[in-house]
Amino acid sequence: MRALLALFPADLSGADRVVPPTGFTARLTLLTAAAMAFLAVFALALSLATGRLAERWSEALARSATIRISAPAEQMQAQTRAVLEVLATTPGVASYRALESAEMEALLQPWFGPDLPIDSLPLPQLIELTETSAGMDAEGLRLRLSAEAPGAVLDDHTRWRRPLVSAAGRLRLLGLLSLVLIGSAMAGMITLAAQAALAANVQVIRVLRLVGARDDFIAGAFVRRFTVRGLAGAALGTVLAMLAVAALPATDEAGGFLTGLGFAGAGWLWPLVVPPLAAAVAWLATRAAALRMLKGIR
Amino acid sequence: MIELQNVAMSYGGSELLSEMTLKLVPGSFHFLTGPSGAGKTTFLKLCYAELLPSAGHLALFGRDVRGLGRDDIAGLRQKIGVVHQDCQFLDHLPVAENVALPLSVAHRPVDPAELRELLGWVGLKTQAGALPPQLSGGERQRAALARAVMMSPDVILADEPTGNLDWEMSLRLLSLLVELNKMGKTVVIATHDLNLIRTAKSQVAARVLRIANRRLQLAGADL
Repeated sequence: MRALLALFPADLSGADRVVPPTGFTARLTLLTAAAMAFLAVFALALSLATGRLAERWSEALARSATIRISAPAEQMQAQTRAVLEVLATTPGVASYRALESAEMEALLQPWFGPDLPIDSLPLPQLIELTETSAGMDAEGLRLRLSAEAPGAVLDDHTRWRRPLVSAAGRLRLLGLLSLVLIGSAMAGMITLAAQAALAANVQVIRVLRLVGARDDFIAGAFVRRFTVRGLAGAALGTVLAMLAVAALPATDEAGGFLTGLGFAGAGWLWPLVVPPLAAAVAWLATRAAALRMLKGIR
Repeated sequence: MIELQNVAMSYGGSELLSEMTLKLVPGSFHFLTGPSGAGKTTFLKLCYAELLPSAGHLALFGRDVRGLGRDDIAGLRQKIGVVHQDCQFLDHLPVAENVALPLSVAHRPVDPAELRELLGWVGLKTQAGALPPQLSGGERQRAALARAVMMSPDVILADEPTGNLDWEMSLRLLSLLVELNKMGKTVVIATHDLNLIRTAKSQVAARVLRIANRRLQLAGADL
């Protein structure tokens, strides 16, 4: 702990000499700002990455659809052919194909085991299709299918996509809420530290009042010091958090839900907003605390 | 420049000062006497608006103190130099910076030659770089006086400035205040040291005021 504290000079600014150096509160403010910035960058990374992940899933599902044909065995081939003909003339359909019985067997194997007599089961025929980027008219396709192949049902994954889109929105909201909470907690802690510093220096404030110092002069001396500390601490926390985020496993290496949670592309610029925001929070919190206290000292 | 008309001051419901009427004119010299607890410090605090009167009219440099904000009062304090018995300094700053503090807070440049001259006038040239806790009682009082006159104020209010000093040092401080008065400054000294008042009256035309029974009176000729 001692070695860690030694990393932070007691005072970063020599300009406001009227306020005596306060080593412990200075270091405490620096550490608080650093810790809060670290958490803020992680909240930002998680929020952006989960939103991105859900969007990716939603996009992938949105671009693919499945047509399921349930018909008596003697009509199955005719209805499948009719569906394929409809798809061939449907705008917005990029590709389509009917699944082979081996593929169907592979899909069912995890549930029914390898010895399933698939030929003896009345399984529906599945047709997989992908959309162009312009998309297709799902309702129009449904109407045409009901006319040409009564046993065909289009599943455009809407029921899967909707909760994912909703989840993405909620995750972003949670991320933003976390950032607001972290900012509020930081404001609270800096307010307490500033109040402690102001209370410890009440005699200094009285002397400054006696020689004609205005509110702005006295508040400014404290505000500048806490703002610099907030900025420096947050910059340190941001750099550490960005290094930690960069060290997380990439999506391609391991795959799965818990990877690829870092920033992507221009998203790496977002954490750079954290230190100025932390400085602004420190400025506001200290100024409010200082002006509140100065009201009581004439 | 400081005018009180029927001013009263109450603390927690009980009246400490009442019906105080006084007009401090430029270049006047006043002693304020009275027993301990009579309200001398309170009276001086009213004069530099650290306290507001509970009744009556108090004007500083023609402005009613009730209508003044904190920043207005700060501006007026630059015209009023205050010396306390327990002179308060910024202990982490050298004496020279403490003396120059009124200029610093007013964002005015400090002329090093002027500062040296002022420190020399109060006999603290060699202690310019010392920290306030390293000064003796007399040196602290003189440093406080130097700080009080740094902005060349119109009025100097001194609250028991010789309370902690030996007689020789008290006379030295008194001579500095008399010198300031001869330069046209208005001086008010709160003290219970009658010897100091007698000595001063031989050097300067001083009025002696006494606070008794919560009221301000002109002291008798026995002083």
